[in-house]
Amino acid sequence: MPDTNKVNYWKLITNGIVKENTIFRLALSLCPSIAVTNNLKNGVLMGSAVLFVQVMVNITISLMRKVIHPKIRLPIFMLVISGWVTITDMTMAAAVPDVYKQMGLYIQLIVAFASILARAEMFASKNKFAPSMADGIGFGAGFLFALTVISFFRELLGRGSLWGMPIIHAKPLLIMIMPAGGFFAVGILMAAFNWFDAKYLGKGARASHYSH
Amino acid sequence: MGSEFTKLFELIISASLINNFVFTRFLGLCIFFGVSKKMETAVGMSITFTAVMMISAAISWVVFNGIMIPLDITFLKIIVFIGVVAGFVQAADTIMRKVSPGLYYKLGIYLALISTNCIILAVPLINAGEKYSFIQSLAFAFGSGLGFALALVIMASIREKLELADVPIPFRGLPIAFIVAGLVALAFTGFSGLITL
Repeated sequence: MPDTNKVNYWKLITNGIVKENTIFRLALSLCPSIAVTNNLKNGVLMGSAVLFVQVMVNITISLMRKVIHPKIRLPIFMLVISGWVTITDMTMAAAVPDVYKQMGLYIQLIVAFASILARAEMFASKNKFAPSMADGIGFGAGFLFALTVISFFRELLGRGSLWGMPIIHAKPLLIMIMPAGGFFAVGILMAAFNWFDAKYLGKGARASHYSH
Repeated sequence: MGSEFTKLFELIISASLINNFVFTRFLGLCIFFGVSKKMETAVGMSITFTAVMMISAAISWVVFNGIMIPLDITFLKIIVFIGVVAGFVQAADTIMRKVSPGLYYKLGIYLALISTNCIILAVPLINAGEKYSFIQSLAFAFGSGLGFALALVIMASIREKLELADVPIPFRGLPIAFIVAGLVALAFTGFSGLITL
């Protein structure tokens, strides 16, 4: 990596994907991880929407950080976030109407994501444009990764298909696409993440206790 | 009048049991997993939550139907609703601290958490989307609060027992809570088809 500004962009990006993965590690913004992951397409689209909002919010806040008065920063952040969410919401309603019908509510609720506000507050408001963008890409991609993995397993097991194409010609495990299956999938994947972490990264069994 | 009352009753049952926010719509999960460790906090949260939900649904309804529809600015509903909810929660926090410090001491901490909860925002959005009347909006908010309270209390009572269980190490903490929630959600699917609206 060319390291011109003495900022390790690669580290910033992987931090959001692995070390502080929003869903598996921090256990934040869990609602869509179950609600829209019963097939791969919805999961990927939702993840992409979040990635877009996260990056744009980080960029906007980072560019505005000198103008925002610290006392009113939270309302300003909320305004910026809801502005970008409205843009995403309307774009998706126009571009993919059939998917939007199923998950429109969850797109609108990106505005209440703790993770997006947290990155704006903890990173973008204190850093320059490029690192903020890298941070946004990392956390957004981490979210997209989590949703992709969850929806991959749920669609494969629950319908025997991927992206609508049949793969397994056997009786599917119907429970995986039902609400309960979402909880099971996230619980098991979270445990797998913990196990992998403890075994190969050697950080000890750090169970994800922090839920806020 | 009779059928109107039946409709409201159906709305409450449907919002609390059949379309339970936690188990079938998967909203408010952060708070759900955050405060369901102890029965006491679960009950405190439920009370605060239902109250805030009903009042913010009422305010949002008035703003949406009284201001936003006449001015034709309904596309701003996300921004406006989050402003209304955050503003109301902040106001409730300040008023409660001055008027009733005892109550604030007990429930104040939940208020701060609530403003980041997606159910609080989802209820006004659904009310606006479904074009519910004022009373129907209130009934829907009440049912949702009741459903959330039910979910919290069930979960808290299970997790208090779970403290004593010998859970495999990778599953400790949240993963096992998710599995338990999945089992409860499975039970809740039994309510589907109870009422067809």
